[in-house]
Amino acid sequence: MNKHLKSIAIGLVLIFVLLFLSGCHGRLESREAEGAGSTAIPETFDDSKPIELVFWAKNDTNKVQTAVYTKAIEDFEQMYPNVKINLRLYADYSRIFADVITNIATKTTPNICITYPDHIATYKTGQDVVLPLDDWMKDSRFGLGGSEVRFDSPKQEEVVPEFLNECILDGRYYAVPYMRSTEALYVNQDMVEQLGYELPEIVTWDFVWEVSEKAMEKNEDGTFRINGQKVMIPFIYKSTDNMMITMLKQLDAPYSTEDGEVLIFNDTTKGLLEEVYKHAKSRAFSTFAISSYPGNFLNAGQCIFAIDSTAGATWMGSEAPMLDIHEEQVVPFKIKVMPIPQFKPEEPKMISQGPDICIFNKEDPQEVLASWLFTQYLLSNKVQLGYAETEGYVPVTLKAQESAEYQDYVSRIGEDDDHYSVKIQASELLRKYTSDTFVTPVFNGSTSLRSAAGQLIESTSKSARRKEKMNDAYIEKLYSDVTSLFQLDQIEVKAGKRVTFGELPAEAKTLLIVIPCIWILIGLYALVTKRKGRKKT
Amino acid sequence: MKKMISLILVLALALCMVPVFAEEEAAEEEASELALMTYAEYAEAEIDAPVYVETYVQATQSWWEDKITVYAQSEDGAYFIYNMACSQEDAEKLVPGAKIAVKGFKSEWSGEVEITDATFEFVEADPFIAEAEDVTAKLGTDELIDDQNKLVAFKGMTVEAYDESGAAFAYKNAENKTDDLYFKVSKDGQTYDFCVEFYLCGNDTEVYKAVEALNVGDVIDLEGFLYWYNGANPHITKVVPAA
Repeated sequence: MNKHLKSIAIGLVLIFVLLFLSGCHGRLESREAEGAGSTAIPETFDDSKPIELVFWAKNDTNKVQTAVYTKAIEDFEQMYPNVKINLRLYADYSRIFADVITNIATKTTPNICITYPDHIATYKTGQDVVLPLDDWMKDSRFGLGGSEVRFDSPKQEEVVPEFLNECILDGRYYAVPYMRSTEALYVNQDMVEQLGYELPEIVTWDFVWEVSEKAMEKNEDGTFRINGQKVMIPFIYKSTDNMMITMLKQLDAPYSTEDGEVLIFNDTTKGLLEEVYKHAKSRAFSTFAISSYPGNFLNAGQCIFAIDSTAGATWMGSEAPMLDIHEEQVVPFKIKVMPIPQFKPEEPKMISQGPDICIFNKEDPQEVLASWLFTQYLLSNKVQLGYAETEGYVPVTLKAQESAEYQDYVSRIGEDDDHYSVKIQASELLRKYTSDTFVTPVFNGSTSLRSAAGQLIESTSKSARRKEKMNDAYIEKLYSDVTSLFQLDQIEVKAGKRVTFGELPAEAKTLLIVIPCIWILIGLYALVTKRKGRKKT
Repeated sequence: MKKMISLILVLALALCMVPVFAEEEAAEEEASELALMTYAEYAEAEIDAPVYVETYVQATQSWWEDKITVYAQSEDGAYFIYNMACSQEDAEKLVPGAKIAVKGFKSEWSGEVEITDATFEFVEADPFIAEAEDVTAKLGTDELIDDQNKLVAFKGMTVEAYDESGAAFAYKNAENKTDDLYFKVSKDGQTYDFCVEFYLCGNDTEVYKAVEALNVGDVIDLEGFLYWYNGANPHITKVVPAA
């Protein structure tokens, strides 16, 4: 009997170990999760107690943006003299994400962080790590537009509803929006017309592909007919993640469910990749990862259609205030800022993107309250307008958008570098199409799925350039490689707490068949031995 | 019976390994088709062509998510190997002088010709450390690109104001000083953009501190890897007052 118990115990241990080893995206283990962080809103703000906050943010290598942050901190500290805010700036959001993940484990998260919604979904898998803001937003004293707030804070209804709704995760607000942008199609209008085409109000994908292919015609000396240069990449897309996601959305094709079920590997995706392959092969299409910034090629007269964020508008155009190429490389041209290409121009769809602000839970309610107040301050007109005007961002509050100051800013389009026409056109593009924007479902693992969407295009483009064959087997292998690279088969699906693991590798399948067989054989052996023993007695 | 069970177990394990070996064989077959290239053959290869070279590590950027970027050079030419697949353990062995065999694809990003999607193996050999080649005379000429990625030297360069503020250099991330440093130097009336790449030389390195201490008008000698970004944009590793 003892032997049987031992076998059962070993079996259980093995099962436990196997389950433990079958790691997935997983939950973040945090000491902060162990009861830390009361979310109760204090009755009063305690002015007597020194509070030190850590604020992590990103700037676009833009000194004015840094100045907006430092001024916001300075102003806030004047209104709340017992609060000291330490700013840490990052050059990209992925570094913020990586550092937050590391710091959750060591209980050293910042108090406030500017970050992407996909990232917040991962942070919040640690219990009580991220502060839910529902109650805080509507609190009559310290909530949005609350009576005890020492500055002109926007009311909840004054935050653009589309943008605020993007901050809902699992039915609760885990962030507030900070800035919003979308993608724009920056076009060298001269070249389009030179090729014999006229730009419609909204271009289709077919239009972009056709013009791009036409631009690949060469002179006898090997230079391109359209620009007389040795380099021409007619169509460059900066974010291939967005490219695939947006194309699927425009075609009403599956991407993922709200609960995290991955649906991207479908026939529509395959069709889109075949199209991408065709134009990458002819070199009419390329990506940022393969070639470089679309704006650099556009400004050098080496690109006709450049798709990049509206938040990068100050780098677009031959008159751009920010230049990343030598002045002598710039070729003057007439630029047009347009919505990105569409499959159904009558129902345009474009992505809404931009950072949110989230607050990390701490044990001291006064520290949390100070964090919340500073978060609100980042939504005040002063900060919203100051930051939005640095790039083609749109303020996230109607209060800021409708303010006289913002209206004045927009009306002065083209007046000087601060009112660079492309930048203001890009911002206005998002304001015009706000109701046509969309976001993708956010869940633990959605960051990986986004990256996977882009990887499909990147890999296909590289394969086309490297003369690899495109066929069903290629697509099948690509789907499998991308699934494995981004661990998409290990994303936890929230509904019913189901976990999908995808198709098992061959060796695992073999083991799963063989191991039970061996256990049966062992059982039979034990039975036979027992019977023999009985016969002997 | 015990023997039989042992036999089945061994067979099962062997069976499980079959797909693994099959995949490895396929990959090896594919790789073995590619012949080892000299630098001249690499230089002749078209962009996007598969390449296979042996070279020596001269420096690396910081390892990140199982990838590392390597500045490599042989007697006949230099390579920039971008985001090469590499374990953290192997990254520690990629010390200056170490010989590696690299398979990847020739690529071009903003004018920088590099090897991407690369894998590598260590090759046992005596170490080779390149000496900086003085290319001052080639600045502003079409010949400079022939030395792309090499360890090079620039002599007697004058520090120019980086921007309208009059500063001698600029931080990419001024607030935290955790990113690249940019500065401009001139020679014979022509000004050039140089950079201290943070992931190659962090803010605790001598070169980072030396650039932070520069003043407009200083005359300096420099060494670095001849990186390209829409034109020559060397990643500087050494700055000293001009000899």
